[in-house]
Order: sequence, then C-alpha cells, then structure tokens
Amino acid sequence: MTREHGLHLLEQMLRIRRFEERCVELYSRTAIRGFLHLGIGEEACAVGVMEALRPEDAVVATYREHGHALARGISMRAAMAELEGKTEGSSRGRGGSMHIFDGGARFYGGNAIVGGGIPLAVGLALADHLEGRQQVTACFFGDGAVAEGEFHESMNLAALWHLPVLFCCENNLYAMGTALARSESETDLSLKAAVYRMPAWDVDGMDVEAVEEAARRAAEAIREGGGPHFLELRTYRFRAHSMYDPDRYRDKAEIEQWKARDPIPALIATLSAAELLTDEDVEELESAVGAELDDAVAFADAGTLEGVEDLERYVVSEPGEAR
Amino acid sequence: MSPTTTYREAMREAIREALSRDQRVFLMGEDVGPYGGCYAVSLGLLEEFGPARIRDTPLSESAFVGAGIGAALGGMRPIVEIMTVNFSMLALDQIVNNAATLLYMSGGQCNVPIVIRMATGAGRQVAAQHSHSLEAWYAHVPGLRVLAPATVEDARWMLWPALCDPDPVIILEHVQLYNAEGDPGDGAGIDLVSAATRRSGDDVTIVAWGGTLRVALEASELLAAQGVQAEVLDLRSLRPLDSDSVVASVSRTHRAVVVDEGWRTGSVSAELAARITEQAFYDLDAPVARVCSAEVPMPYPKHLEEAALPQPDRVVDAVRQLGA
Repeated sequence: MTREHGLHLLEQMLRIRRFEERCVELYSRTAIRGFLHLGIGEEACAVGVMEALRPEDAVVATYREHGHALARGISMRAAMAELEGKTEGSSRGRGGSMHIFDGGARFYGGNAIVGGGIPLAVGLALADHLEGRQQVTACFFGDGAVAEGEFHESMNLAALWHLPVLFCCENNLYAMGTALARSESETDLSLKAAVYRMPAWDVDGMDVEAVEEAARRAAEAIREGGGPHFLELRTYRFRAHSMYDPDRYRDKAEIEQWKARDPIPALIATLSAAELLTDEDVEELESAVGAELDDAVAFADAGTLEGVEDLERYVVSEPGEAR
Repeated sequence: MSPTTTYREAMREAIREALSRDQRVFLMGEDVGPYGGCYAVSLGLLEEFGPARIRDTPLSESAFVGAGIGAALGGMRPIVEIMTVNFSMLALDQIVNNAATLLYMSGGQCNVPIVIRMATGAGRQVAAQHSHSLEAWYAHVPGLRVLAPATVEDARWMLWPALCDPDPVIILEHVQLYNAEGDPGDGAGIDLVSAATRRSGDDVTIVAWGGTLRVALEASELLAAQGVQAEVLDLRSLRPLDSDSVVASVSRTHRAVVVDEGWRTGSVSAELAARITEQAFYDLDAPVARVCSAEVPMPYPKHLEEAALPQPDRVVDAVRQLGA
C-alpha cells in the first residue's frame, strides 16, 4: 500500500467515525430525531468496498448507511442536512437518517425494509446487463437479511441471469437484538450464496485493506462477465442497534473484544509499522475531518425546513419533473 | 388488427407496440415466455422479441417485481406480469414500500417508471386463492397509479401512456374479460385519469370498472326494459379517482349505485360512497347504494361463487330500492 492510499483509507474511515459520533451529540440536542442507526466499528466495510467501485456503478444500502453514503462521495453537508431534515439534504430532508439517496452518485438508498433493497440491486444490474453496460451494482445488507425470502429469491435471480451484482453482507452478528446463531441454522453465510452457484467467501470486515482487496477482486471478475459475487464481511457494531436500544443482549466482554479490533487503530498501526504514517499525519487528518464536520453541521443547522405547502410534492411526478 | 378483437389480443398488441417503439421496454413474469402467459396474453412475443426482452422468471414475485423496480431506476421501462392479484401479495413489500415511496423518499430524485400488470377477479371456479378483487389495497397507496381497463379499446391503448408515465402503474385485468370481443378503436382521448360514460341516462348513476362494467351494463338493459334510464360510468382509473365525473353524473341523476367485485368493507365502493356523500350530498334523492361481493373467501362451487359476486339482478334491485 502506498502512503497516499493509506492516508486516503484512514481519512475516509475517520470521516465516517467522527460524523457518526457527532450524530449522537446532535441526537441529544434533538437536531436529529427518529431512528438513528450507527455503524461505528463497521467503517472498513463501506470504505473498502467503495474503493472497488467506479462513478458509473450503483450502490444499494441499508438504513445503517451513513458510512456508505460518505464513502460513495455524498458530501458531509448533504448527509448532515438530510439527518436534520433540511431541504439541503441529499433527499431534501424527506428521508432522514435511514433514506439517504443521491441519483447523481447512483446511490439508491437508504432502504429500511430488511432485505427489501436486494431485489432493487438485482434490477439495477439487470438494466446494465440489458443495455450492455459493464457496470457493477454493489448491494449492502446485514446478516439479518439472509433470513428474508427476498434475499434467497434475489440470489437465485442474480445467479440465474448472471447479473453484475456485488453482494456485500455486513455480518455484525446481530439482527437488531437477535444473535445470528439464534436465528440461522447455518451461520456460515457464504455457504448460503454458494448454493446459488456464485463465488462467495468471507472477509475480515475489520480490516479495510482486506475488504478492499476482496471487493476489487470480486468487482473485476463481475466486470469481466463473471456474474454475481458474494462477500461476507465479518464485522461488529460497537454501539447499540439504534438510539432506542438499551443493548441488553450482548456481553460487555464481547463488545470489548471486538473494540480491540477497531479498524481505525488497526490501520494506523499497520501504516505506522510500515513507516507510512506519523502521529502528525493523524493529527492533521483529524483536524481536517473536524473542520469538514463543523462546516457540515453549521450548514445543516442553517438549512431550511421544507414548506408545508410542499407536503404532497413528489408523491407522483409533476409534468416535466421526471428524471 | 381486425376491426373486432379480443381483450387478450388487444393487450398483446399493446405490449407488442411498446416493445417495438421503445428498446427500454421488456416483459418479465412467470411463464410469459414459451408458455405464452398464464392467460395467453404474451403468446408469440418470445419468438418475435427474444428471451432477453420476454423474460420468464422463477416463482419469486418479490424478487422479480423488485428487480423490475430496480431496472426502472436503472433507466428501463419494465412491464412486469403477475399471474393473479392474489399472488401479488407476495410482492406487496416491493410495490408498497419501494415502488410507491422511492420518488417521495428521495426528494424527487428516483422515478420508478414500471408497469405491473396482474389478472384479477372471479368467475372461473378457482376458489379462494385465485379469485379476489384486491384493487382497494393498491388504490389506497399514494405514489401508485391504478388502472382497471374494462373494454377492448382501453386494453389496447392504456399501456403505452402507462409506460410513458414516470411513476409506477398497476394495471388490473379482469380474467373474465380476456375473451371479450370489441372494437379496439384508435385510442383517441384515452388518458390515465378520466372516467368514461358507457351509457347515458338520467334516472340513476351506476359506477363500475374492470369486471363489473359488464354487470352494470347488463343491469342497465334490464332497467331500460322497466323504463329506468341508467347512466353507466366506467371509472377506468382507481387511483387517482375521477371524482369530478362521478359527482357531475350523480348531481344530474340524484341517485348512485356502485358495483364493486371487492369486499364491501374498506373497498373502492366505500371510498366512492364517501366522496359522493361529501361532494354531492344535497343532490342525492336517496343514500348511495353498493352492490359488492359477499364478505367470504371465494367458494369453489359455481352456485356459491355466483351468489358471492355482484350480479345484474342485484344491481337492478338496488336501483329499484332507491326509488328510481
């Protein structure tokens, strides 16, 4: 890894981490309301996979998607304004934390029905396939989604039609409060994909380099006509499922064990050991990220609330409004 | 096309036209390929357009409807066929939580220009899992457009404007209509919002759509023999509802009967009765009457199925009870 690339990966993960930490503060001061699902601890998954994508590729994510949105290039300003429900937000404030969309970035949510985004990814890939475009659709979902029928139907359809989908299962071991072993008869998730005859393997989701390497390998194979691929990214969320979750179902020792594998210190250690990174570099990155975040929060705070007269706008298209 | 054609052929011709006019259009669903469609609507299209555009799917309603939505997001113009409205319940998540919400939830960025066709309705003794009229479920949902073509001409000409619409459109095709014959006409004046007057009269307004238009028209003939001139209004679109046309007609005839093959409770007929009451109460000479299906899962035996469904004589009785 080059110093430049290492710094880039670290910066991306720090942006996500600090963004979400600030979200907690904003939630406390009620600038953000509703459900807020944080992916703190899981940053390496979004950052690593996005490195393998090109601007023309598409992304479908879940309700725990702040990291994916930021890593995909949606600005911190647009993301924070969305969380504050302002019209300057990526979805004009209509979606909030769970529904970040950006047509320009080909970022199709922000989908909050578990498993519900997976068929959309298959369809986006079908469109590319029919139009002869060599593009990849990356589809993120959690371990909870593999229990849904839509997951299995979609895996079959993508494999049957040989569609260019990169399935990224972020296995954080809990479907809200239900441990994987309490909900799945087979907990080796890549086996579930393998029965649909698609290449599938598990990856250390706490290691951004490993995620990037796996995603690049899979995305290249998909672009070369190799059909869908499945990555099980083994990761962990350090915080509760949402702000409403008292987190009674996890052992504190387990959480601490995973925190010892925090992907950000891990990358810092790797880069430092290779003499690609200094303490000053980290300070500079933190400072730049902090400034970007302050700017984003100020932008969101100063944003405008949509007029109530526009309540029914975009239920259906107005003439000339469709894209 | 011959001057007279069937509803099935008209729909097939509409699909053929769409496939020919726009390369982004494709048809996807269970057995739409070699089988030719459960109701033979797509018969021959595979040979004409090939397997990429006439796509058989596994029995995975949620995935292939969702894939249609995704393909629409990706710039295509999918026509997705679901065998019956009962099976569409398996895809309800995709239709209600995705197709209907994405434009709004994305702040106007993500249009879903998909057409989802499904067969609906009873009358073939196929019992309680293949016969229901669940259009009220879809008509309930903001973000969807719901069409119920009742004539050969509407079957022929509503698909293309539906595909041109940037938002999701549900087309309900009543199974009893597929063999109906009629003149496909030229589609002049057909849009996706306006009700049509199928028979003019001054004594009562009978509102129907899809499979009940035939019932309403038969009833109107029986009534005419008794000296009652019924106006028969075909809604064609269930969402949006053309309230203006309904209210205008009722304001003139002062009586309204709604014929709905759905269950009475929470039905499209309930919505119509409410709107007529809200908007034309002082023009009414009698309460709004409704002739609906019996509130039972559809029974298999022919005599019970007939008893469960709106029949012309029941419509006549309802009209007579209004004092018309």
